[in-house]
Amino acid sequence: MSSQRPSGWYAVPAFAFFALFAALPMVIVVYLSFTAWDGLGTPAPNGVDNWTRLVQDGEATASVGRTVLLMVVSWLVQTPIALLVGVWAAGKQRSRAVLSSIFFLPLLLSTAAIALLWQVLLDPNFGAFVGGPQFLGDTDIAIYTVVFVISWQYIPFHTLLYQGAARAVPPTLYEAATIDGAGRFGQFVNITLPQLRFTIVTSSVLMMVGSLTTFDTVLILTNGGPGTATRILPLHMYITGFVGFEMGYASTIAVVLVVLGTALSVAVMRWSGFRSMSSQQEGS
Amino acid sequence: MKSRPNWPAGLFALAWLAIVLGPLLYLVTVSLRTRSEYLGKSAWSVPDALTLDNYVTVLTGGFGQYLLNNVVVTVVTVAIVVAIAVPCAYAVARSGGKFVQRGFTLLLVGLAIPAQATIIPIYLLITRMQLYDTLLAIILPTAAFALPVATLVLTNSLRDVPRELYEAQAIDGAGPFRVLVSLVLPLARPAIMTVVVYTALNAWNGFLFPLVLTQSESTRVLTLGLYDFRGQFGTNVPALLAAVTLSVLPIFAVYLMGRRFLLSGLTAGFGK
Repeated sequence: MSSQRPSGWYAVPAFAFFALFAALPMVIVVYLSFTAWDGLGTPAPNGVDNWTRLVQDGEATASVGRTVLLMVVSWLVQTPIALLVGVWAAGKQRSRAVLSSIFFLPLLLSTAAIALLWQVLLDPNFGAFVGGPQFLGDTDIAIYTVVFVISWQYIPFHTLLYQGAARAVPPTLYEAATIDGAGRFGQFVNITLPQLRFTIVTSSVLMMVGSLTTFDTVLILTNGGPGTATRILPLHMYITGFVGFEMGYASTIAVVLVVLGTALSVAVMRWSGFRSMSSQQEGS
Repeated sequence: MKSRPNWPAGLFALAWLAIVLGPLLYLVTVSLRTRSEYLGKSAWSVPDALTLDNYVTVLTGGFGQYLLNNVVVTVVTVAIVVAIAVPCAYAVARSGGKFVQRGFTLLLVGLAIPAQATIIPIYLLITRMQLYDTLLAIILPTAAFALPVATLVLTNSLRDVPRELYEAQAIDGAGPFRVLVSLVLPLARPAIMTVVVYTALNAWNGFLFPLVLTQSESTRVLTLGLYDFRGQFGTNVPALLAAVTLSVLPIFAVYLMGRRFLLSGLTAGFGK
């Protein structure tokens, strides 16, 4: 019967396509990180210049710090809200179904649309909060404003994940807990949270990788400002490469981005077992 | 069992509703205000009159072209992804070959590659391929970065197909290609819909690839058009928000028609 199985050729177009536009660029970016290139001529190898520059570049170091801050605060803001709204929305009542379909609306807007909308909303002269804090203009507040806008955009998605997972929790567990006299809070801590642990991991990975690669929101909302208060790593790379025309050095920053992203994914896979999650999926 | 009303959760949900809906109402109402009223009155005041002029301003600008470009980019990207991810998933699910399995593992590693990190080499590749400032420059990388999730979702669904169905086809003398057409395609239809929605949303809302890989008015897509409108309209904020609203309408229409598919598409591959 093995002759009836599809040959490897069926997979070749997809693999080739992915190799050309995703895998090969990963190799090229490492090469480019050892060159000087203005984006027009030919990249000229310049040894470890970019790398020594990176170590001394205070702005790059600071942007890594901002990226980590953004990642941590985003996680702290999004996880509890998405978890609570998701579990709440998983209830059977009709009103919850209606409300939760409204909750999803931000998912339909592009990042560009969302960033523009919030920029207008938070405009200090004509926006909705005239006379309030300088949400986008204050160096101490701007990065938290960015976190807020990112959360507004992505909490609905994570809510969706939690809602689906909470619906899959066997009702018998709750019934047994009720008989044992467990209250609503006790049930949440002892049943809901443990049952959602894989979802919490999945959602956290997506949030962290998402924060690491946040780009359009910040570019449109603040362009890294005021000053460099919101210039996170991907934006620093973009500005260095496509505004400052230092593509070689920007590639070095890109490599740092890849290393951070890969380290994050590997750490989470080790810690949580992504494989066991996918096999759990197959078994369902 | 859950008979007691959960007041704290209900209030929390209503507060969240205000945070979600408030900005969207602001978006639509400001887009219907006149410019002088926007500049002269508080955002919270009741408008004297509503106007559709802002929409006219936007629609008589380059909006139609941007919309058309967006449709082309989205449709072609989806077509490419489905055309190559389905056979790939079929091979991964049904062929035991080492090459295929290793390739699949590599593809899964690709889930973690941040597209931003590859933008400089992609810019290099696209310019060397003489594709800079064409719609294809957006389509090719967008499709490539949609492949890992697409293949994962399709493979998961094809692995659930009972072995007996394949064997019955083989007894009938069907070759792999006929199996693909007469068995795999119909059975994978829900998964294909998921892939279509996920890929389409990504392509429709894409920003970075168009920003870096295109330049002229004729290749501009919606997201970039919005970004550009900001500079072009300066202080004409109601027109800007009209453009934002118009950019959401097509997806909103799709949402109303196929909510189920859209939601499953958004959470594609992230199961439970």
